[in-house]
Amino acid sequence: MAQRLVVIGNGMAGARTVEEILARGGDFDITVFGDEPYGNYNRIMLSNVLAGVEDESGIFLNDLSWYADNGITLNAGVRVARIDRFAKQVYAEDGTATPYDKLIIATGSRAWVPPIPGVHRKGRGYHQGVFAFRTLDDTRAMIRYAREHERAVVIGGGLLGLEAARGLQNHLGHVTLVHAAGHLMNTQLDAAGGAILQRSVEALGIEVVTDALTTEILGKHSVTGVKLKDGRTIPCDVVVIAAGIRANADVAEVSGLVVERGIVVDDQMRALDEADIYAVGECAQHRGQTYGLVAPLWDQAKVLADHLTGRDPDAAYHGSRIATKLKVAGVDVAAMGIQTAERDDDETLVFSEPRKGVYKSLVIRDGRLVGATLVGDVRKYAFLMQAFDRELALPEDRVELMFDLGGPPAEVSAADMADDAQVCNCNGVSKGTLVETVHGGCKTVNGVMDKTRAGKGCGTCKSLVQQIVEWAAGGEVEEDPKASWYVPGVPMPKPELMAAIRTHGLKSVSSVFATLVPGGEEDAKSKMGLASLLKMMWGDEYVDERDARFINDRVHANIQRDGTFSVVPQMKGGVTTPAQLKRIAEVAERHSVPMVKLTGGQRIDLLGVPKEKLPQIWSELDMPSGYAYGKSFRTVKTCVGSDFCRFGVGDSTALGIALEERYQGIEGPGKMKLAVTGCPRNCAEAYVKDLGVVAIDGGRWEIYVGGAAGAHVRKGDLLATVSSPDEVVTLTGRFLQYYRENANWLERTYAWVPRVGIERIREVVVDDADGIAADLDAAMDASVGAYRDPWKERVEPVTPGQFRTSLPLVVLPQVPVR
Amino acid sequence: MSIRLGPVAEIPVGEGRTYAVDGDMVAVFRLRDGSLRALSAVCPHKGGPLADGQIDMKVVVCPLHLNAFDLTTGCSLTGQPDLTVYPVGVDDEGHIVIYSEVPA
Repeated sequence: MAQRLVVIGNGMAGARTVEEILARGGDFDITVFGDEPYGNYNRIMLSNVLAGVEDESGIFLNDLSWYADNGITLNAGVRVARIDRFAKQVYAEDGTATPYDKLIIATGSRAWVPPIPGVHRKGRGYHQGVFAFRTLDDTRAMIRYAREHERAVVIGGGLLGLEAARGLQNHLGHVTLVHAAGHLMNTQLDAAGGAILQRSVEALGIEVVTDALTTEILGKHSVTGVKLKDGRTIPCDVVVIAAGIRANADVAEVSGLVVERGIVVDDQMRALDEADIYAVGECAQHRGQTYGLVAPLWDQAKVLADHLTGRDPDAAYHGSRIATKLKVAGVDVAAMGIQTAERDDDETLVFSEPRKGVYKSLVIRDGRLVGATLVGDVRKYAFLMQAFDRELALPEDRVELMFDLGGPPAEVSAADMADDAQVCNCNGVSKGTLVETVHGGCKTVNGVMDKTRAGKGCGTCKSLVQQIVEWAAGGEVEEDPKASWYVPGVPMPKPELMAAIRTHGLKSVSSVFATLVPGGEEDAKSKMGLASLLKMMWGDEYVDERDARFINDRVHANIQRDGTFSVVPQMKGGVTTPAQLKRIAEVAERHSVPMVKLTGGQRIDLLGVPKEKLPQIWSELDMPSGYAYGKSFRTVKTCVGSDFCRFGVGDSTALGIALEERYQGIEGPGKMKLAVTGCPRNCAEAYVKDLGVVAIDGGRWEIYVGGAAGAHVRKGDLLATVSSPDEVVTLTGRFLQYYRENANWLERTYAWVPRVGIERIREVVVDDADGIAADLDAAMDASVGAYRDPWKERVEPVTPGQFRTSLPLVVLPQVPVR
Repeated sequence: MSIRLGPVAEIPVGEGRTYAVDGDMVAVFRLRDGSLRALSAVCPHKGGPLADGQIDMKVVVCPLHLNAFDLTTGCSLTGQPDLTVYPVGVDDEGHIVIYSEVPA
């Protein structure tokens, strides 16, 4: 026979616990007692009912039929008087006795009404016109009464009081908020934050009086005003008391359970010294703490359900780190942790803009966020909450904690996004799909990315995908060791991998797998990154295995959606000649190249060339490869510089050509796009390149690194200002070599430079603080020396069928011919 | 029944090549241990040429959008429809052979 489970309390905690038990397939005969004669409703939404933005039916979580459908006996409107812990029976006020095997007390809390003279009338409950604000019935009565009256006073400037004041404005003309403490929401906000909130609330037409202890409710037959300690009286005909809540533990107390501020429970939510009685929600006191918010209650319900159903008998609740985000009387407020610095070495960050009603204050201890208060602008809440909850490392620039500074779009809040919001715009993956995948049991970021393809396009959404996975896994995200590896198939970060490659003298991709992977298993997705690394490390000595190359690198052209390729000949610095243009035009015409297009890198692209035609086209063009297909040095975009431009202050074209001449085709962890511009007008867009050079007056050149203007937009950081083109060439080579040796596979400079820090890069590359500048230069020299134009492979294919078509006979999506 | 495609030496080790078999396109891969695998040649996702993909001992990765397929079973590892697998071997003269039935 199923065990008998009795739940006292049909509020959010009781019903949620029952839901969690049902979700775990718990086999119980469930009986629920509820004080109120309804199903189960969302108490938080009562302020919306009061404000008229939600009607009563909209706030019900489970109506009466839900109980019937789930075989739950609901005794709505039946109050429990007493528990017999020894006979294991619950006695209700209607005289019934209900036996239990397990008992859950979820009696929540009740409004706390301070002992103010005049609140009550003998034998009649509250004085005529006085209301508490706790239940649906309270709310209904308040609305009814307020509509026929003029002026209301709300006692209590906490969350509930503010909500009540705002809601009452819908029903009568004048609302005054009276608060005993020095500032509003004093349990959540510091004084400055409270003051700014007060301004915003007053702007809504609510009068606020702080430091105002109410000493008496005036009026003989009905309320006529309230009297304050300083002697002032405020005339009114409605009084709403929202001075706080207290755990509702009377039943437990009269039944002999241990009750302090709430029913004392252990980590399984079990009442002290009881085998079969549990308490959850606002009525429970866990490790000295009672909670008045919904999030801890959800946590408790889960633990209790895990424990009771046997899903995890040792499930334990460890308390909640409370972070709240609320819309209080129309003003966004969020708070977590402590309000102000408590120790000498606590860092405090404060931003205040009273005119806009914005206030932010953060407290940081030992590099971790320990408190935050936000008023008026809570956009950083999700980010801060994660940092607070998981004690994450904080950004070096602390200001990023408060504001979005145009960094990566990682700060979008995972929690706030709608389920159907598209996260990966390349592969069309929504937040909902990611969350489902996580709930389906896949709890590593890479695992979810593999399954859904999210983040596998341009990659800009990766950090957001990571946040959503972490959020969906609720802190149970599994560390993916692969995240720190250079490539997923070899278990080593880049520095260790490079050391091991040197130690063992590994010069081919297959030897790396055979030597460094336990079991020697090769991995298709790791080959390209290893090939790039080995080529960089060994130059001429690298043993080139063609299968380690991606198709683009096998045939030196960029594969297109229909399986054809694009051909981009080198055009150094974007400078061409009439003869070159004629030749390109003739080749394109002769082979009916479907599209001829100018690229963003100032070159000409022949698109739609079948693989088998590549060698012939290269031969007819008789131009070197422009490398528009590899993870490599791509182009140097230039402006016309001083030769023709009347503003140019440096010969950017000549320098651009010199750079491309020297560093053409060099492989790296990611693409390297450069530019040289002849003056700070920046026509060649040098500020947003992996490396951009800007001529400035006086014959000098600025070198910017880590810029980007693709999926990610970032202005480069100034690496150095030098006085000659030769120095630019040298520093470019040294910077690129340092990047090649240290960046992770596919990590572009716009991510790598901020990760390492421009100061550190400048130390190494410009100041030679590590004494490795000569080594970097020599390594780059060797790579430059080892360069061969790959389009020379046209004469004799390197492998059999190198240029044989892989195009299926089946018709592919056709690219239109223009 | 079997169909001879061409000398196995046509396929460099670790790569794939496409062959026409009875109007179907079949991608044949030569793994680094010398063994062969044969699968339908067209990625069911967006029609990518699988013979241009990179392989290891287990999977082929389509060059267009990096969808992965098990070389032995044809099963997609990235949520795409599965591929047809063809029994493949090498005959006495070193030619690739596709069997229409699994050889005894």
